[in-house]
Amino acid sequence: MLKALSEHHLVPQHELLKKDEAKNLLAQFGLDVDKLPRISLEDPMCTELKAGIGDVIRIVRRSPVAGDTIYYRRVV
Amino acid sequence: MLMKRLEGIEFSVLSPEQIRKMAAIEIKTPDTYDKDGFPMEGGLMDPHMGVINPSLRCKTCGQKMKQCPGHFGSLELIRPVIHAKFSHKLEELLHGTCRECGRIALKDEQIAEMKTQIARLTKEEAIKLIVKKTKTKRKCPHCEAERKEVLLDKPTNFFIDKDRLYPSQIREWVEKIPEKDLELFGYDLARVRPEWFVMTALQVPPITIRPSITLESGIKSEDDLTHKLVDIIRINLRLKDNIDAGAPQLIIEDLWDLLQYHVTTYYDNNTAGVPPAKHRSGRPLRTLAQRLKGKKGRFRYNLTGKRVNYAARSTIIPDPFLSINEVGVPEGIANTLTVPEFVTEWNLEEMKKLIKKGGENVVYVTKPNGLRKKISDLNRKEVVEELEIGSKVERTLQNGDIVLFNRQPSLHRVSMLAHNVKIVPGKALRLNPMVCKPYNADFDGDEMNLHVPQTQEGQTEARELMFVQNQILSPRHGEPIIVGQEDDMTGLFLLTMDQTEFTKEEAMHVLYNMGVTELPEADRGKNYSGRLLFSQALPKGLNAEYTNNTARVLRQADIPKDGNESLYKHALVKIEDGNVLSGIVDSTPKLVETIVRNYSTEILERYYYSMAHVVHELMTMKGVTIGVEEFNPVASIEAEREKAIAEEIKEGTELAEKYASGKLEPIPGRSVDESFESMMVRLGGKVRGKVQARLAEQKLRHLYENPRPTLDSALLMVSGGRGSMLNFSYMSGVFGQISVRSGRPKKGFSERLIALNERNDLGPEAGGFVRSNFYRGMNPKEYFMHSMGGRQGEVDTGVATKVSGYLYRRLANSLKDLHVANDETVRTASKDIVQFRYGEDGIFPARTTGGALANFKEEIRKLKKGKAK
Repeated sequence: MLKALSEHHLVPQHELLKKDEAKNLLAQFGLDVDKLPRISLEDPMCTELKAGIGDVIRIVRRSPVAGDTIYYRRVV
Repeated sequence: MLMKRLEGIEFSVLSPEQIRKMAAIEIKTPDTYDKDGFPMEGGLMDPHMGVINPSLRCKTCGQKMKQCPGHFGSLELIRPVIHAKFSHKLEELLHGTCRECGRIALKDEQIAEMKTQIARLTKEEAIKLIVKKTKTKRKCPHCEAERKEVLLDKPTNFFIDKDRLYPSQIREWVEKIPEKDLELFGYDLARVRPEWFVMTALQVPPITIRPSITLESGIKSEDDLTHKLVDIIRINLRLKDNIDAGAPQLIIEDLWDLLQYHVTTYYDNNTAGVPPAKHRSGRPLRTLAQRLKGKKGRFRYNLTGKRVNYAARSTIIPDPFLSINEVGVPEGIANTLTVPEFVTEWNLEEMKKLIKKGGENVVYVTKPNGLRKKISDLNRKEVVEELEIGSKVERTLQNGDIVLFNRQPSLHRVSMLAHNVKIVPGKALRLNPMVCKPYNADFDGDEMNLHVPQTQEGQTEARELMFVQNQILSPRHGEPIIVGQEDDMTGLFLLTMDQTEFTKEEAMHVLYNMGVTELPEADRGKNYSGRLLFSQALPKGLNAEYTNNTARVLRQADIPKDGNESLYKHALVKIEDGNVLSGIVDSTPKLVETIVRNYSTEILERYYYSMAHVVHELMTMKGVTIGVEEFNPVASIEAEREKAIAEEIKEGTELAEKYASGKLEPIPGRSVDESFESMMVRLGGKVRGKVQARLAEQKLRHLYENPRPTLDSALLMVSGGRGSMLNFSYMSGVFGQISVRSGRPKKGFSERLIALNERNDLGPEAGGFVRSNFYRGMNPKEYFMHSMGGRQGEVDTGVATKVSGYLYRRLANSLKDLHVANDETVRTASKDIVQFRYGEDGIFPARTTGGALANFKEEIRKLKKGKAK
């Protein structure tokens, strides 16, 4: 690839959560990991972030109605 | 609550031993009842198999009718018969195995080899493979016995080399097949054995499944299944007697075949190759398979197709004098539907009065001990005396009862709303035309359904969550969906026009119709302006500022917005402290929205009441009407029109010439052909727009500047009540460019669209530009082009509704389980997260003002005003 995928203007900001961050997040929502939305391990962004199965990725999206919105996905 | 999870359901075949074990009693005689009408012991109606008489107890479980689930009986078949639904399974086995030793007619090595193949196949394919390899083997490789060809004469007769193969012989044969060979055929021997396909015992279903009916004449009529079972038992007994008496083989075989026939039709009376068993009357019997199969079967009719009680359906008609939360229920329906009411110390006397009154007011009374009585003139007095607190009275509908009202397709939540009952004459259900929109109803023959909630919980839930006035704001965009329509808009416009003035007498008449009893101070000398009167319908303290429908028409009329233009002042409605200061009120949703958000629903209801009544009265008083002549354009517009058309023809022809000579500059990103077509379409639209703007301006000026304007189509259009500027343009302006599939009509003959054109004419009029309008009429060429556009429109509406309807259904179904959880996340039924915050911003449009958490402008204004005081 000529350019890192994350630098493309259409790709929202992805960030790999540390283990304890992910744990805190789940506690905050009172969740099991399997209740989070999923993202494929083969997703190009997962490759770029070197994410492994079970990791949680934080995505900050620019929403037309709500400004910056945070979304979490678990790698499967 | 005890919850158990169902792991799965297994379907299998009952063995004769299981049938006997399950049976509560063995049935021995074909009789049902004795001559005194009591069920026979060991007969088909033996009370060991359950009870259908509410006063009797089951002899097996000792429970009463409602509690006893029914119990199976059993019947020993004297000679075995084949279950017709399994005869093809038997056929496979007979084809594949040896009659003498029961082995598959293949060498052991071949079998082992096949096992590896079978592992990759489905059960059906595996069996097919075995049968294919063995069917024609004339010698058994295991016992060297000769094999003969087996033939199945469907459904149940087997032959071996043209000799009959009887069920008992088949049973012996398949019993011989060893376990390891059956496994190859896909049998799990812990569950099914092939010999069970030849039945030696028959299940007799519980009486609850085949109840006898006592006709009014006192004659008992038996269920079809019972009839069939009687046939089976009778033949079974005759067969037994004949065998015991040593009757000739021929007679025994005939009876045996007859038994087979009865058992076959008992399971399925539509078996191919078997004549259906008939009732005495000649009607075919409805046996087991018929009960389940098809449209009228248990699955499609009873399980998938649920029906409810306490519901009504009728044609709907409009009634603007009903409140929005009322539904007009015709007497016939109101006197049939009932609602339970509990007798308390507060309504005891009232209930007594109601029962005493007679007629159809009360249908049933249930005493606290559960005894239910139907009220008739004979026992009325007695019931009134006995009526006590805690009784349940089932009375017919009264004014003010709450009901659910629904129109299919129920696409969204406002397709079913709660209304108060208002009993009306006639046979049709009535609703306020303002609630047509949520239901998507009109009155061209639409029917709607009505349901009566039967419990306090149900009624309260309906009232709190589904009442019309609680659903005025749409959860989609936060704007009201239950607003004034058509006549309401025109009427309000008429009332709040600058020119509208009333004398004292007229004003009192108008206010009376609005339900206002106080006459305000006159504001125009001795007279009253319409705006002043309308303000009386508004709640005190109401503040609003918004643009009305006139603003839209002004935009279309292309009138520049400069300080001198007086028309613009009409477009802005200013309401302060419940007084309309300026502008013309049509029914723009904004006003309703302000009322809903700031006042109680009762106040909104009162506003709607005033509006409906005043609009009706005013339009009757003033007279709103249209005639053809108003579509005859005035001379000045006619001149404008001719000029615009001449320009179009000239410009269009020039374009066409340029295109033909190849000098046309294409639009970036398009080919030359596309550019030309697009330019021609745009040109046609431009011309119509020009004339349309002039027409709009004329209508606006007439309506606003004439001291006594005619109340015609211009009023309807400007107020937004009905019709658009486009419709006007079609009628008295220029029709403009016809479009088919978003472009000029193409495809016709070679080199021209229709035979009326010159060859290779690419100009405007050859391509579907219509210079006429409906008032003047079109020439044949224009008419034809117009028809092409018309046809396209017709096709599109058909396709669009079909496609988008299904698309919407799929979307709605996929989203129906999503909900907002307590932590504001959106989750699926299994609690998976879809959104971490509802709508990403956590805002519910119906509870916010225009998507913002508060109307800050208005709040600040209020604060400032408070300070000033």
